Amino acid sequence: MSSSLLSLAIWIPIVGAFVVFAAGDQKNLARWAALIVAFAGFAITLPLYIGFDTAQAGMQFVEQRPWIPRFNIEYLLGVDGISMLFILLNSFITILVVIAGWEVIEDKVAQYMGAFLIMSGLMNGIFSALDAVLFYVFFEASLIPMYIIIGAWGGPNRVYAAFKFFLYTLLGSLLMLIALIWLFLHSGGSFNLLEWHQLRIEMAPQILLFIAFLVAFAVKVPMWPVHTWLPDAHVEAPTGGSVVLAAIMLKLGAYGFLRFSLPIAPDASHYLAPMMIALSLIAVIYIGFVALVQADMKKLIAYSSISHMGFVTLGFFIFNALGVEGALVQMISHGFVSAAMFLCVGVMYDRMHSRQIADYGGVVHTMPKFAGFMVLFAMANAGLPATSGFVGEFMVILGAVKFNFWIGFLAATTLILGAAYTLWMVKRVLFGAVGNGHVAELTDISHREFLFLAILAVCVLAMGLYPYPFTEVMHASVDNLLKHVAVSKL
Amino acid sequence: MKLLYLLVPLAPLLGAIVAGLFSKAVGRAGAHTVTILGVTVSFLVSLIVLFRVMGGETFNGDVYTWLESGGLKLSIGFLIDPLTAVMMVVVTFVSLMVHIYTIGYMAHDEENWPAGSLAGTNSYQRFFSYISLFTFSMLMLVMSNNFVQLFFGWEAVGLVSYLLIGFWSVRPTAVYANLKAFLVNRVGDFGFLLGIGLVAAYAGSLDYATVFGQSKALAAMTESVTGWPLVTAICIALFIGAMGKSAQFPLHVWLPDSMEGPTPISALIHAATMVTAGIFMVSRMSPLFELSDTALSFIIVVGAITTLFMALIAIVQTDIKRVVAYSTLSQLGYMTMALGASAYSVAIFHLMTHAFFKAVLFLGAGSVIIAMHHEQDMRRMGGLRKYMPITYLTVLIGAIANAGLPPFAGFFSKDSIIEAVHLANVPGAGFAYFCALAAVFVGGLYSFRLVFFAFHGKERFREAAHGHDHGHGHDDHGHGHHGVHEPHVPHESPKVVTVPLILLSIPAIASGWLIGSFLYGTWFGDAIFFSEAHHGVAHMKAEFHGVLGMMMHGVTTLPFWLAVSGAGTAWFLYIARPDLPAVIKRKAGVLATILEKKYGFDEFNEWFFAGGARGIGRGLWKGGDQAIIDGVAVNGSAKLIGWFASVVRLIQSGHIYQYAFSMIIGVFVLLTLWMNRA
Repeated sequence: MSSSLLSLAIWIPIVGAFVVFAAGDQKNLARWAALIVAFAGFAITLPLYIGFDTAQAGMQFVEQRPWIPRFNIEYLLGVDGISMLFILLNSFITILVVIAGWEVIEDKVAQYMGAFLIMSGLMNGIFSALDAVLFYVFFEASLIPMYIIIGAWGGPNRVYAAFKFFLYTLLGSLLMLIALIWLFLHSGGSFNLLEWHQLRIEMAPQILLFIAFLVAFAVKVPMWPVHTWLPDAHVEAPTGGSVVLAAIMLKLGAYGFLRFSLPIAPDASHYLAPMMIALSLIAVIYIGFVALVQADMKKLIAYSSISHMGFVTLGFFIFNALGVEGALVQMISHGFVSAAMFLCVGVMYDRMHSRQIADYGGVVHTMPKFAGFMVLFAMANAGLPATSGFVGEFMVILGAVKFNFWIGFLAATTLILGAAYTLWMVKRVLFGAVGNGHVAELTDISHREFLFLAILAVCVLAMGLYPYPFTEVMHASVDNLLKHVAVSKL
Repeated sequence: MKLLYLLVPLAPLLGAIVAGLFSKAVGRAGAHTVTILGVTVSFLVSLIVLFRVMGGETFNGDVYTWLESGGLKLSIGFLIDPLTAVMMVVVTFVSLMVHIYTIGYMAHDEENWPAGSLAGTNSYQRFFSYISLFTFSMLMLVMSNNFVQLFFGWEAVGLVSYLLIGFWSVRPTAVYANLKAFLVNRVGDFGFLLGIGLVAAYAGSLDYATVFGQSKALAAMTESVTGWPLVTAICIALFIGAMGKSAQFPLHVWLPDSMEGPTPISALIHAATMVTAGIFMVSRMSPLFELSDTALSFIIVVGAITTLFMALIAIVQTDIKRVVAYSTLSQLGYMTMALGASAYSVAIFHLMTHAFFKAVLFLGAGSVIIAMHHEQDMRRMGGLRKYMPITYLTVLIGAIANAGLPPFAGFFSKDSIIEAVHLANVPGAGFAYFCALAAVFVGGLYSFRLVFFAFHGKERFREAAHGHDHGHGHDDHGHGHHGVHEPHVPHESPKVVTVPLILLSIPAIASGWLIGSFLYGTWFGDAIFFSEAHHGVAHMKAEFHGVLGMMMHGVTTLPFWLAVSGAGTAWFLYIARPDLPAVIKRKAGVLATILEKKYGFDEFNEWFFAGGARGIGRGLWKGGDQAIIDGVAVNGSAKLIGWFASVVRLIQSGHIYQYAFSMIIGVFVLLTLWMNRA
């Protein structure tokens, strides 16, 4: 099957970004150009879903060209049921980010929009690359626009946060590079991921490989205890940066586990699964408690993200279909919900220039429409049925109980913790009497803000009421992965 | 046929959407018209469904596949059998009455909002939207044919309850109460979800029929990791969910606080329907619960404690709504005891009669509150019967039914429960029987205390026009009379309020007479399963000789005389010698304080759970994230030795969070090692 859809999904936003840069100081031109590029980028990904063959477990829409023949490095792209939805999600979120930054960003508009478009293209590259070097290039390159976004449009402490973010993630991926080179040598000179999946590897190197990948991916997810860069990065990042960070970038690490760790080192994955499960549960519970006491809304949502991502890694390492598919659903849902929560904080921040919960109170009296949306997204964050937030958590908890009752028991505490930290914040921000004079002067959401919140509300409800179309495309690939992982490669 | 069933939940949903999202366009009249129309359609179709079910026409089918994963097919679908049909009619009827009542109750709601609050501009429409959304959710819950949709409805009614308790979101007490209600319910849902997880893991399906079909096989299994008998584990986990939703001890703490919400929803959600969801759920799961005597024993004891100890609190409450709230807790305890005694049909019977008479009591209390201009304290009422004859009469009917005196509805259902508990043979049944009898006396006392205190005696509202505290729980139904100094003479409420009261009084009297066909006929058929070992209801059937016979027999038995003496005590204390209660309170001292403090649960939960969680959170954040993780990463290995010293020092710091942190780490290390071994 020959197609260039994936290349288009990668390069339309990146090339488009340079068109946007060309707009220079003409802010409106830059905005409209960015919006058109974002829409084109999303439109090109729709055939991936429509034309996807749900019966096929392997890679689809494959593109293969030699790139650096000397090292057998290829420009090799393809998607399966695991990665395809993330390309759609990423391209979709890009549209929202452009709309969300529309009037808010007044400074260096073209560069801002361009940076997000480039990042969008690079992340599509990560999700579709099947050559390890190509993957690594996209993986590392995606750090740069995010670093710039935080560093240039961020808050007062942005330099510290950008630096922490960059160092954390860069150091993490250096070990991965060593692993990639080892695999290149071990495979007799191939960077093809699908060939690597078939390699026989002894237990000791499998464990070392697993750990090398773990360090890289755990930082990205982020997993406890390498998570402390995330709250800082979120607090300093502009709203759009937080949205992309939470909705897409965190998924890169989790995706890496499924594409590298599990299929390449299945025996090590099984051997180290208890550790992975323990780390995931710490993320769910420990971070849930930490989220409870945050005074800064963005930090609270950042910690909530880590807790929700704990469900993702938990789902992977219980090795059943409910767990893995639940984790994938959770990743997509978290894309919608965390994006929405950060946008909600952004809406308030743009008016009040504060993220402190204590500076609010009684917002519902001046912004009732906004409050309605925020309560909906908060409920989704707390995993209420009929919202997308429920589906993934529910599947992972069912999978976990099946795997081991006590693991399900610990995971299910999120029902209480998630509701506690989310709704306590909602109570203090939205409800009660009007907190102060600034709150009294707030104006309700504009048409533009209504638009992006409404779009996300539709996504959250649609996925909660009818998740079938999302999981339908995953089955074949996930079953195949689980079968593959169940076979020893020693 | 499926379309007809779909119409039942979707009609109120449509009403809710129109009234909620297009509140400005439809206006007030539009909002109540469209929602009442929706619920009326729903009620009428429910009646049709009931008649068809009586004719033997049941249904079990899926509407659409919600999700498929790991060999588990989860659907949205309906199971229409006698149990469902009864619930549908009860829910839609009470909901319809409450919708109509709300027109009167919320007529001046804008006065409950601070000036300039935009949330107050369409609060009337929003309220109608919420109660219709509630009706939709509750119908989805009772009509479900599987655990997932049950859980969906379960959480959705919790959501609407949250929104409505905190409806007057400007009040700190209201938004405290709704958060508390949601979180306490989540504790129950935690158990509920684990129960569902166990069902899915071992039965491989979440469809009722499929799961119940394997109940015998499940009963023979043990949970592989814990070694617990599987069905017992499933049933207790599911019942923990019911304890949250149906406010059973010790998860009852949210229900009294939920009185912060407007009174119509106290009647609809926190008395007649939502809180009975747990009772319904256990009855629905009777094929599982019947197979675990341990679970039944647990249930009967929890129900017994709730029945007696909550009734006792009702005696000392002075807020009219809170008396009714504690009475609701006690009545829910009766239903739970019936479940534990394997008398599921009796529990559902009491659920139905209770829905009617408790709705009457709550809506009657609401009518009083309207008349008293946002006064809920009975110490400032008295003598109201002269001014509000219809309200008085309906509340009296509700109180008699609540006390369980013949020929009112409560007599038949409550007496049957006491008999069923008496005949039960699970461990704890003896204790439950004692609690049930004691609570009959207490029930007679608090029911008639309410009637005498509020409607008879001195007209205390004439003395108390000013200077009293608005301490807690005031259901402010403002008419712009704040700070009036002249005594305000109450008057009867408008027709939109009294007509629903009268319509609800009819079944509060008469619905008990259905006992013959309801309990002892073939009504429930296969919908409820009885194990052969539990023959209480069969025994009662043999003893049953018609409604009149039951009444004749009833007046010769202990419960009747206990209720009468309760009522007599109330008469003596509040009409004959109104000076006595103060004396008794002074003499009783500690006992009265314990009851007024509600056994101290609120203080304990606030200190231990809320405070403890915040303490752990702060400790893990400051100690774990900032001191240990960031501290090490930032300072690096150069300061490793200094850090080591400080950690050693930290270990002995006496800070609880640090111990908690190390315990968590320890647990996970052990978990890792232990699982690796396996």
